[in-house]
Amino acid sequence: MAAPDDKPGAPGAGPQKGVGGIPRAGVVGASVTKVDGPAKCAGQTKFADDLVLPRMLFCKVHRAHVPHARIVRIDTSKAEAMPGVIAVMTGKDLPIPFGILPVSQDEHALCPDKVRFVGDPVAAVAATSEDIAFDAMNAIEVEYEPLDPVFSMHDAADGRGARIHDYGDEGNIHKKVALEFGDVARGFAEADEVFEDVLFYEGNTHLPMEQHAALALPEPDGKVTIWSSTQTPHYLHRALAKVLEMPPSRIRVIACPNGGGFGGKSDPFNHEIVVAALALRTGRPVKICLTREEVFYCHRGRHPVLMAIKSGVKKDGSISALHFRSYLDGGAYGSYGVASTYYTGALQTVTYPIANYRFEGARFFTNKPPCGPKRGHGTPQPRFGLEVHLDKIAARLGMNPADLRLKHLVPPNSLTANYLKVGSMGLGACIEKVVAGSGFREKHGRLPRGKGIGIACSSYICGAGLPIYWNSMPHTGVQLRLDRGGGVAVFCGEIDIGQGSDTVLAQFVAEVLGIDPLDIRLCVGDTDLTPVDLGSYSSRVTLMMGNAAIQAAERARELLAKAVAAKLEIPGERVGFGGGRVYDVENPEAKRMTFAEAVVLAESRFGTIGTVGSYVPPPSAGRYRGAGVGPSPAYSYSAAVIEVDVDPDSGWIKVERVHVAHDIGRSINPVLVVGQVEGSIYMGLGEALMEEQVFRANRQGVHKIPSLLEYKSPTTMEMPEVVTYLVEDPDPNGPFGAKEVGQGPLLPVPPAIANAVYDAVGVRVDEVPITPEKILKALDSPQKRYGPTRLPRVEWPETTRVPTPWEGGTGKALEPEKAAAKAEPIGPGGVRR
Amino acid sequence: MMRLPKFRYVEPRSLKDAASILATEGPSAMPLAGGTDLFPNMKRRHQTPKTLVALGALPRFAGVRGSAPKGFSIGAGTTLTALEEHGGIRRAWPGLHEAVKSISTPILRNMGTLGGNICLDTRCNYYNQNYEWRRAIHFCMKCDGDTCWVAPGSDTCLAVSSSDSAPMLCALDARLHLVSKAGERTIAARELFARDGIKYLTKAPEEILTQIDLPPVDGWRTTYRKLRRREAFDFPVLGIAVALRFEQEVVAEARLWLGAVAEAPIEAAAAAKALAGRPLADEAIEEASRLAFPVAKPVDNTDFGVRWRKEMSRIMTRDALRSLRSQTR
Repeated sequence: MAAPDDKPGAPGAGPQKGVGGIPRAGVVGASVTKVDGPAKCAGQTKFADDLVLPRMLFCKVHRAHVPHARIVRIDTSKAEAMPGVIAVMTGKDLPIPFGILPVSQDEHALCPDKVRFVGDPVAAVAATSEDIAFDAMNAIEVEYEPLDPVFSMHDAADGRGARIHDYGDEGNIHKKVALEFGDVARGFAEADEVFEDVLFYEGNTHLPMEQHAALALPEPDGKVTIWSSTQTPHYLHRALAKVLEMPPSRIRVIACPNGGGFGGKSDPFNHEIVVAALALRTGRPVKICLTREEVFYCHRGRHPVLMAIKSGVKKDGSISALHFRSYLDGGAYGSYGVASTYYTGALQTVTYPIANYRFEGARFFTNKPPCGPKRGHGTPQPRFGLEVHLDKIAARLGMNPADLRLKHLVPPNSLTANYLKVGSMGLGACIEKVVAGSGFREKHGRLPRGKGIGIACSSYICGAGLPIYWNSMPHTGVQLRLDRGGGVAVFCGEIDIGQGSDTVLAQFVAEVLGIDPLDIRLCVGDTDLTPVDLGSYSSRVTLMMGNAAIQAAERARELLAKAVAAKLEIPGERVGFGGGRVYDVENPEAKRMTFAEAVVLAESRFGTIGTVGSYVPPPSAGRYRGAGVGPSPAYSYSAAVIEVDVDPDSGWIKVERVHVAHDIGRSINPVLVVGQVEGSIYMGLGEALMEEQVFRANRQGVHKIPSLLEYKSPTTMEMPEVVTYLVEDPDPNGPFGAKEVGQGPLLPVPPAIANAVYDAVGVRVDEVPITPEKILKALDSPQKRYGPTRLPRVEWPETTRVPTPWEGGTGKALEPEKAAAKAEPIGPGGVRR
Repeated sequence: MMRLPKFRYVEPRSLKDAASILATEGPSAMPLAGGTDLFPNMKRRHQTPKTLVALGALPRFAGVRGSAPKGFSIGAGTTLTALEEHGGIRRAWPGLHEAVKSISTPILRNMGTLGGNICLDTRCNYYNQNYEWRRAIHFCMKCDGDTCWVAPGSDTCLAVSSSDSAPMLCALDARLHLVSKAGERTIAARELFARDGIKYLTKAPEEILTQIDLPPVDGWRTTYRKLRRREAFDFPVLGIAVALRFEQEVVAEARLWLGAVAEAPIEAAAAAKALAGRPLADEAIEEASRLAFPVAKPVDNTDFGVRWRKEMSRIMTRDALRSLRSQTR
């Protein structure tokens, strides 16, 4: 169901009318057709695997069939002797490690000495056909010396299994974090009641329709070009330069349109480096397209997270203390894991005020495909925990769970306990929308047995405040070149992964220059031709690229306005842009010209018209170690009310209706916004009800179900009615006030379903996925609960203590000796405006 | 992407030729109908036949003949879509219609055939995997290995019969025509299946399933219930096929078969017996459901847990029987 105030229409059909009957562009806020839509509908979009070059070779990767072992010997002779095999590579050919984070350079394009999970790449072949490459891949023989594998966090914590990496905080614990804001001991002492929960969020994967593919072309001058289905061409560019030991100037990365990303194409991948190396070795183009099974091995999906939550709550429902512990099963490599770990503790504070907050997190290495960022990166798990926890608090306090939340909202323009700067804050409006729309107050606690309704809320960042590697350059850049014929070429390193970033880029430029988006030519995601954009992750593109695009377009408009003002003999501020024309706002009918004529005037006066724009996020307030994760120029908010039907005999659960409200700041393109909301709901339903990235610990740790058929994800048949409400309260940091929508609306889905199940049949399923089997087990249990009870044993590191803003804190951590002595309370607990 | 192994494709124009090729080439040749089961299996190197004998061009291989009172005859090559859309079948045998309609997806039903679904390869989480994956677990008894990983002590393969049409055709006592170079024979549907995940069909490899005969309708009511995670794509993890012949309000004859809980469709004979000779009242339904429960012996090689799947056999038998009280044609 579309947003109530959806405005369909072509450019210029928007509601805004310019002066004197000349329409303003009206492109922002209108549901402009996706610029890549017609090509996608016609099957003409060229994804990476659609590319074919003369003399192209096909690559296959031989992968480990053991979970943890030292490589003793690799025999490639049989493969090399096969007719049609042009090259075979092993780890010794690519010895330099890489990884997305500077602190986790722990991957190799091909494992040089050790394999860490079933599916780890060991050798690669390039052959004249895919069939030959397949046979050659299977002809490679590897001798292993087995090492003790470890498949669970509990085992890793207990020191079982050989060490997977020789770096990390302790044994197979990759990272440990302990942060305290304020004084939770005092907060618990001030509480009227203390609540404790242990919850689990199972790992799941992105499941993009497009399997990863990459094609490398060696060029006669020694350069190499790589086309790839990547969300982060810039980071891939850096990894290639490092591993291939080539200057970045001789490597060109072109990101192809992604057939879905969801975070699964955000790391530089071994297969991308392998085809580049094979292309340079053979002098021929080399392509790889992963099988679906291999995509499950690339993974970088949702971390399985165990959570222990303890909260101190006052009678009115306010939280005087929150102690949140998370345990992340990271798999075999670092990936984004250090950031993921911090993210499981970062955003709890931006929805409801938390006076004193303690976070402890630990990420474990296990012999499974590596986890990383998936839609919501590190935050859906704690959000599930917190929102279910709140539902239990509301039940115990006898409060309506919607009111509990409404009474305790972080105010706009405030600073949280962990120094996140909240700007616009529309969660209250979101809650009101879904509560009214669903009849939540009338239904909650009053439906017949088997019918339930639940509520949950969330927040998400609009772009990470810091880049992946430390630097003070812009996070994104946009270049414009104006053509004498009235066309505008826009260059930006961003890449559309289906979310619509190409379209909003065209909309921003079209809006500022008053032209039709069809007159814009986009050139994106090309490290040779476009300014850097850090990539399509962390919901950053609309906000960051948008601000850069507006800046570039305004600079171009200024040049045009000067030239036009001189010609029309009017002051510069009277020059208006709209409807493909440039005109005198006080005399638009008489004094006007086409946009192309304005470009001709400007080019005649200033020379070739090209402008640039860039964007750097505002500095964050936190100065403590770990403060880099969480800050964002703005935060989006979502609320969901979900209605379920649960059969108490079988436990069968059906989601009947979803009401979701999203604080978007401002819709740039309402149809795309609603599309992202509905897509998030759909993905959230999968995580809540069925998806499991699970492994057989007793069978070499193989992935249990690496196929689209057996890895269960909902189909359209399972998609319920979704009613979407958009809350528009423009954020000062957003382009035209816009905030993110690509990830946030997923977050409230799993907890809203868990809370609805409780409302329906009175049991708590404290883990996802929530399956019929678990519901039935909960119904049969004396506690009326299904969920985890045991936590891994972790010795937490020394706590980084940070006084809260209302204690007079500056964002800096206390020196260790001062941290030992408790800081005296200075202001009232809560928030500082 | 995953690639098919090389094979020779032949398209005989007569049943005789097809039978002759299969007889001559032996087990290295396989019949091919819709290919929706065989081709994915070939990509995973479960089967690597040298020759595929395409049956699509055989005369009278597809199509539904006959009538409800006299009995329908269905060509084994009839697509599942064609069968699903056949009004006569839908009115006469709603259970068969439901079973066919529940198979996979509309797109695959356009290619898949009834004969193919009856002869569907048995399935298992340890078997339906890529070659490389299976190599990591040292393969399994059904293909390239020695051990049944579902139950390492088992002497036989426990791969599960995952056909939706098979239990239903057993319940309505269909007859199957098998043709080989040696001639034609007719067997009861129930005689086709064996409790062995590897040799799950009693027919010889060179025998071609050509035709499925349904009995005259004559007072039978049928229904099929399918348990699976999603409303499309998924194979059953439990199928309940029921056929009851009513004389006025009394159940004169009853047949109850369970699918997807063993290597073959399983008859719940005691449950059926409990239904016969009495009206389909609550007590009869409860008793039959209770008796169906021990018949289901799922093992851990499909989606969902075994205990819950077994528990669902009781609940779904009950629901299936209840629905037949009100069924009218």
